[in-house]
Amino acid sequence: MLRTRGWIEAWLLLVPGFVFLIAFTHVPALVTIWNSFFTTPRGRRPARWAGLENYETLLSDPTFWKVLKNNALYAAGTIPLSIGIALVMALWVNRQLAGRGLVRMAYFTPTVLPMIAVANIWMFFYTPGFGLIDQIGAALGLGQTNILGSADTALWGVMVVTIWKEAGFFMIFYLAALQTIPPSLVEAARIEGAGGWTIFRRITLPLLMPTTLFVSINAVVNSFRMVDHIFILTGGGPDNASSLLLFYIYEVAFRFWDTAYGATLTVVLLAFLMILAIGQFVLFDRRVHYR
Amino acid sequence: MLMTNLKAATAALAFAAAPAAADVDLQFYFPVAVGGAAAETIQSLTDQYVAEHEGVAIEAVYTGSYQDTVAKALTAARGGNAPQLSVILSTDLFTLLDEDLIQPFDTFATSAEDKDWLASFYPAFMENSQTGGKTYGIPFQRSTPVLYWNKEAFKAAGLDPETPPATWDEMVEMGKKLTVRDASGNVTQWGVRIPSSGFPYWLFQGLTTQNDVILANAEGNEVHFDDPKVVEALDYLVDLSKSHEVMAPGIIEWGATPKAFFEGQAAMMWTTTGNLTNVRDNAPFDFGVGMLPAHLRRGAPTGGGNFYLFKDASEEQARAAFDFVKWISEPEQSAKWTMATGYVAPRPETWETETMKAYAAEFPAVLVARDQLEHAVAELSTYENQRVTSIFNDALAAAITGQKSSQEALKDAQAQADAILKPYR
Repeated sequence: MLRTRGWIEAWLLLVPGFVFLIAFTHVPALVTIWNSFFTTPRGRRPARWAGLENYETLLSDPTFWKVLKNNALYAAGTIPLSIGIALVMALWVNRQLAGRGLVRMAYFTPTVLPMIAVANIWMFFYTPGFGLIDQIGAALGLGQTNILGSADTALWGVMVVTIWKEAGFFMIFYLAALQTIPPSLVEAARIEGAGGWTIFRRITLPLLMPTTLFVSINAVVNSFRMVDHIFILTGGGPDNASSLLLFYIYEVAFRFWDTAYGATLTVVLLAFLMILAIGQFVLFDRRVHYR
Repeated sequence: MLMTNLKAATAALAFAAAPAAADVDLQFYFPVAVGGAAAETIQSLTDQYVAEHEGVAIEAVYTGSYQDTVAKALTAARGGNAPQLSVILSTDLFTLLDEDLIQPFDTFATSAEDKDWLASFYPAFMENSQTGGKTYGIPFQRSTPVLYWNKEAFKAAGLDPETPPATWDEMVEMGKKLTVRDASGNVTQWGVRIPSSGFPYWLFQGLTTQNDVILANAEGNEVHFDDPKVVEALDYLVDLSKSHEVMAPGIIEWGATPKAFFEGQAAMMWTTTGNLTNVRDNAPFDFGVGMLPAHLRRGAPTGGGNFYLFKDASEEQARAAFDFVKWISEPEQSAKWTMATGYVAPRPETWETETMKAYAAEFPAVLVARDQLEHAVAELSTYENQRVTSIFNDALAAAITGQKSSQEALKDAQAQADAILKPYR
């Protein structure tokens, strides 16, 4: 009797969370998968069963492959760099130095700014002719740049903004983790005669592994999720050179109003994120030391 | 002035106090795409209408850019909550028809006077507003691209500051004189700037029209992207930076274009007449406004937004909306709007008013766009418009950034567009 009541209570406590999770995550995900098997309804033509047609379109859609390639490049470029910079910054501001609070704040500022504002700031850097980069370049006698307007450099321009924005955010996690490492460990190592590098490699880094796992999952998810700045910086151009998967989904679903194909692309994104998240847990779990 | 303000204020107050007094409630979406006082002007015109017409309440909702506006209108309509009236790009006509959201104005234009009104707009603007013999759009925030030039830069280059280039060749020739390089060979001032970010097809359509080719048919289900004349026009555009070196290479930002012009980064720019008031207020030098240069013929696209009447509106609402559109297109209101923004007043009558005559006498540049209308053609518009123009934009970007040759890029675009438009034929 008591046992049953315990169960009921537990479920009741879980209900609010479940309701929101199901209503706003699971149901939409299932509806998306379901919609990807239909054609897009238009005012004059209702949706009809399409089977795998949308997926066939996807496989033969050159833009899809292009944005996928861009997204892979974007992830490979932004994730390790932003995590590496975050770690270096955290180590730097974790020690005693003059104006530490100020430096920490400076590093963290990009995180507080909304992405759209960040993009606008960078727009001011990038603008050919009278942007900051070109003004400095002109003072040094260099010619005009057009980073966002060239197919070869547009994606890199977007990546730099992402790294700038993300590193400060990840730094906070590293900083918090660094402060939980007991100083006694470092002192003990010192007594044993370990140098700075050895301490970092054998003590700090392993103890930071849970944080690295957390941060890297976040970074991976963000590399698929953060596209706000693309709207401001390049609009995905030129010729989709800086378009990412999620940006393309938005274009297809809310500019072209091809919601069925948008759903199909979303299914692909969902699948990717699931595989990556599971893979990361499995891969990292062995090397993470939880305390 | 004080009296009108007071009147408007009392009207607004009375209105706020007793919203139930209105017999008809209307919601009206409008986008803003240019600098200047566009939003305030629409709001004040709406307020004026409401103050003068009893029983009608109009809520004017600013809905962001053109893109945002059509997205919001479509989303609202899908949720069964469509506005009764909206200003949306004239080129979204076929999209809105395909979604079955709009109704023709002809239904409500029953009297002879109303029919005359429908026929009173410039034909160039009506090309994008009618299909199948019905009028679905009433021109409002309409524009056309023109050439702005910096007279001081012309003087400095030894050119006649009062004469803009009249032909493609002249634009290259003058552009070469106007392109200024510093000692180390870096460009400090480009000859010309034709922005290509976002929607390059629009200004490019100026070039194709001048090369005497039309991009899409009136039914909106056939495009001519790979026509040799279109290829030739794209080659010209690419060569401006590639071989003539009178324009910056790569994609050129649309939004930063007026600023670049003010900063002396470019001596000539192509942009919308909707920027006229902006340039007038902010250019630190004497500038001129001219028609786009000609090639085989003169030509330019029209652009901008129309009023659309949504289907979901009740009979009463639709009538009230119709009446509002009619009122706002009257010469007096239309003149206010044109002076506040630079958009081209869409009816010849507006230009006959004393206000407009006085304004044009003081600022003759406003007449250029109007006079260019006789050479203007419909803006590229098809079924699945956003998608088809996006394919075309990608092709232009690919050619401009040197990823593909003009020929190749346009051939690919044609194939993709054909695949999309096939079901509509």
